[in-house]
Amino acid sequence: MIHFDKVSKIYSDNSTALDDVSFSISPKEFVSVVGHSGAGKTTLLRMILAEEWPTSGTVFFQERDVHALKRHRLHEYRRKIGTIFQDVRLLPNKTAYENIAFAMEVAGRTDDEIASDVPYALELVNLADKMLNFPRELSGGEKQRVAIARAIVNQPDIIIADEPTANLDPINTQEIVKILKKINDLGTTVMLTTHNKGVIDSLGRRVITLDRGRIIRDDPKGKYSL
Amino acid sequence: MLWMNAKRLMRAGFMNFYRNGFVSLAAVLVMTVTLFCIGGVVFLSATLTSTLEAVKNKVDVNVYFQTRAVEEEVLALAESLRALPEVKDVEYISREQALLNFKKRHENDELTLQALKELPDNPLGAILNIRALEPSQYEGIAEFLKGDNALARDQKPLIDEINYYDNKAAIDRLTHIIDSAKTLGFGLIILLVILSVIISFNTIRLALYIAREEIGVMRLVGASNTYIRGPFVVTGILYGLSAALLTLILFYPLTFYLADSTENFLSGLNLFEYYLGNFGLFFVIIAGGGIILGAVSSFWAVRRYLHI
Repeated sequence: MIHFDKVSKIYSDNSTALDDVSFSISPKEFVSVVGHSGAGKTTLLRMILAEEWPTSGTVFFQERDVHALKRHRLHEYRRKIGTIFQDVRLLPNKTAYENIAFAMEVAGRTDDEIASDVPYALELVNLADKMLNFPRELSGGEKQRVAIARAIVNQPDIIIADEPTANLDPINTQEIVKILKKINDLGTTVMLTTHNKGVIDSLGRRVITLDRGRIIRDDPKGKYSL
Repeated sequence: MLWMNAKRLMRAGFMNFYRNGFVSLAAVLVMTVTLFCIGGVVFLSATLTSTLEAVKNKVDVNVYFQTRAVEEEVLALAESLRALPEVKDVEYISREQALLNFKKRHENDELTLQALKELPDNPLGAILNIRALEPSQYEGIAEFLKGDNALARDQKPLIDEINYYDNKAAIDRLTHIIDSAKTLGFGLIILLVILSVIISFNTIRLALYIAREEIGVMRLVGASNTYIRGPFVVTGILYGLSAALLTLILFYPLTFYLADSTENFLSGLNLFEYYLGNFGLFFVIIAGGGIILGAVSSFWAVRRYLHI
């Protein structure tokens, strides 16, 4: 489904974010990417979102070269991917409901679909009672759950989560991981970056370990080890 | 589909406007200043035009005829003058009328009236007062009068005097002043409008700068450029519309207050009546200007942040 073919990203002579990275992700997999800060995890994800261009190599998404897409077609491509960030990135002037509805609106869904799907997505992340609150009125964990609901509401082919638990306490972290697992069980591919050992060990799924831009380990049932 | 999207863009634009109340207020106030300038320009050009018009009307050329010129001849000349495209109007003053005017002007001057009585005949000739459309055209009219054959009988000219040649310096100077005033006024107007448009544009850009992260999020969620830009353009139009209404309302007491002093000072143009009389024009210029300014500024400002 996603295939990296000898991808390198070199910012300058002494700053290499990715160095000859190759790997594949199959549909319905749950893949974690671990590594120190600056190992290239975020660059890797930004590559898939076509927010970053590789210096050399190719990134494929469902057999298509991501970086060959025309600029004005990118938004259609991005709708196939649900993204979750460490800094949540909700729209501050929209309520939880509207934030999720916005993702559906831009995908051209009808008002009826929005009215039925948004509450369902909020229920999936256990936030049905907070749908009319603005992001500033929600806790960190709740905001992240709204972001997850927004990411899944369009039924994307893959969820990309960039350190979604970095700013959360252990209980909220477990909650987020449980939700991501549930999404994966329902059939969506999940790609997660983290440096939380507990999260990786409790998942018991595939782990790719990055170090200074290179893949140093790729275990089908990995543990966190650096 | 199209209608659904249009509805959503409108709703999102309205929400931007009132949920970012403070930013909206700042943008509206700055745009009000801009529209105020544009409105002021309309008033300025109206006053300038009417003042110049009044001054121009005071300029004319008088043709004094010999006493032996017959009324028919003078009237025929007046007719041919009226046929000229440069001539606005021609006023005929007969010999008798000229005498009456003269007597009236000197009614307290016994000596002059006495001297007049001593004369056997009315010493005054007929007069034509000629008014041109433009002050610069008097020269051509004067040339026409000099060259016309109908003015002579028995090889002697019937025209005694054309006072254009006495007034030539003054008329030339006035023509020059009017031309410069127009050029200068127009230049100032353009400069003022450009400056205020730039300020408005920058304010809207600043207002959108605050939203640049939001724009980034919208792109990541998969919103098309049109879908991101639409609500901001709607918000920009709302800024413009609110500023226009504010400006139109402010002009009401302002022109009312200024009406008396401007009427005395300048050529009798009452600003308040002018404003009410031309309200439709003001509405179109100010509301139209505000909407265009708001929409175009937003459009360009978002464009700036779409190419991250």
